[in-house]
Amino acid sequence: MSHFMSVLGLWMSVFFTFSIFSFLYKDNPFYKLAEQIFVGLSAAYWLVYLFYSIMLPNLFTKLISDFRGNIILLIPAVLGLMMLMRIIPKTQWLSRFPIAIMIGTSAGISMVRYAKSDLLSQISATMINPFAGETTSIVIGNFLLIIGTICGVYYFYFSKKQEGISAVPSKIGIWFLMISFGASFGYTVMARVSLLIGRLEFLLKDWLHIIN
Amino acid sequence: MKALLLVIGLSLFSLCLFASQQAFWVQDVPWDEGKALTLNWHTAADSIQLQKADSLGVWETIYIGSSQPPIYTDSDLTPGTNYAYRLIIPQKATADSLFYTAEAKTLEQWIYMNKLSYLLILLVISGAIMYYVQSARMGKDYFIRRIGGLDSMEEAIGRATEKGKPILFVPGIGDLDDIQTIASLTILSHLAQRSAEYDTKLIVPCRFSMVLSAAREVVKEAYLRVGKPDAYKEDNIFYLSDDQFGYVAGIDGIMVREQPAANFFLGSFYAESLILAETGYSTGAIQTSGTAQASQLPFFVVSCDYTLIGEELFAASAYLSRDPQQLGSLKGHDFGKLLVIILILTGVITEIIGWHWFKAFFEGAQ
Repeated sequence: MSHFMSVLGLWMSVFFTFSIFSFLYKDNPFYKLAEQIFVGLSAAYWLVYLFYSIMLPNLFTKLISDFRGNIILLIPAVLGLMMLMRIIPKTQWLSRFPIAIMIGTSAGISMVRYAKSDLLSQISATMINPFAGETTSIVIGNFLLIIGTICGVYYFYFSKKQEGISAVPSKIGIWFLMISFGASFGYTVMARVSLLIGRLEFLLKDWLHIIN
Repeated sequence: MKALLLVIGLSLFSLCLFASQQAFWVQDVPWDEGKALTLNWHTAADSIQLQKADSLGVWETIYIGSSQPPIYTDSDLTPGTNYAYRLIIPQKATADSLFYTAEAKTLEQWIYMNKLSYLLILLVISGAIMYYVQSARMGKDYFIRRIGGLDSMEEAIGRATEKGKPILFVPGIGDLDDIQTIASLTILSHLAQRSAEYDTKLIVPCRFSMVLSAAREVVKEAYLRVGKPDAYKEDNIFYLSDDQFGYVAGIDGIMVREQPAANFFLGSFYAESLILAETGYSTGAIQTSGTAQASQLPFFVVSCDYTLIGEELFAASAYLSRDPQQLGSLKGHDFGKLLVIILILTGVITEIIGWHWFKAFFEGAQ
């Protein structure tokens, strides 16, 4: 029985792989079927996963085992219930409170987090002595780092019309950005090719046994 | 005679001080979160060994090596806890070792002085934002330079209206705790208002329930603002799946079947960015994208007509609404950028001169 199930699973994987690949030609019933099964299954999977990995251990189990000790958990529980009030049209307005709390706290936490990780780290990492490199290439690299960072930041300065001399650092900044995008693009395309190789390996090795 | 007595007295005092100096002592690191202790020693030996007592009193070696510099910082400790340490100095002549023990308690302070630069920068930028918002409220007009990606929004909506096809808005795959999703929803508000004015269908597939609820509120509000509450259709803003690629597969299906005339991908995107933008490109839709995910921007740049790069996504709300309060806030952000440039230049100059304290002041906050 277990052998039958594993063979069935293998053939289903093959069927869905080809169904998804068929989208490369055009939209067709096989792709629609695969897409809708994928969307439906993943939605159901996440619902079950979130219930068992978050709601149950973090809320229900704690409240049942030690209600007094975990009474503070009633706050998120009530906020969650308020979100569910969207089901009833007359009580939809209640969901605005948890949304407001979520957005407010997210903005506050993000401000502190990004100021530390992006702003201060970047500032101190760019404060270097450009002449301190042991080789010429390191010195050039140091200068590029400083110029690229300053011009990149200046590109996002919106309060001044960028024309004449003030457009120069902005243009240098966008050049640095585009060069880094090009490098990033090439790097990620290589990673995607490895995903394709993984899929082809599955078809040729696990299914057809053509390669070892 | 008095001078001689004074010299002898001072010499004796110095000798006493030297004699009373401890060989090994442990101190709490001042002005910190109470998670570190410094171990200090005085020895002429070349190498030393440091041990720490665990909860059962068993000694565990934490350092073996050179005695220079005569300081060791033990971090990742628990605040308000007593820790005992032992210094072992091997004696080559006697093949024996000298043992010194010391202990100290970690203390948490209210203000972490190593993060002072962090506080100062936040205060200065926040103060600038408040100042500019206030002056904008009092009627001061602020200039914002043209942002191509945002100017295209009107063109995209116009095209969708002419063709009688819908507009697709994807708020990214981040939840509501992602600042990019929040920025995306503020753009959605403007877009929904325009689509309500032109009676153009707006489709918003969402990945998370919180984003779904917020998006529905935003769109509903926009329809109310233009006086068309009856035109608002809740079913056009819907949940697809929490799964990253399940969500993407669903959107691809919508793009192929509904054939939207304009696609907007604004928010937080990861590996799915190219799949989305490429499918949208194949349908011939006019595409506007925007994200602060540096690794995904290249894919949007190559496959979309307009791309909002990083900070442009956050400036979009002020740019589109021209609301004085938001313009003032944007002006405050620009002040922050100028401050960053000035600090970097100052830091580079001080590093060249050899004044490392300036960089150290900012490094301490990390």
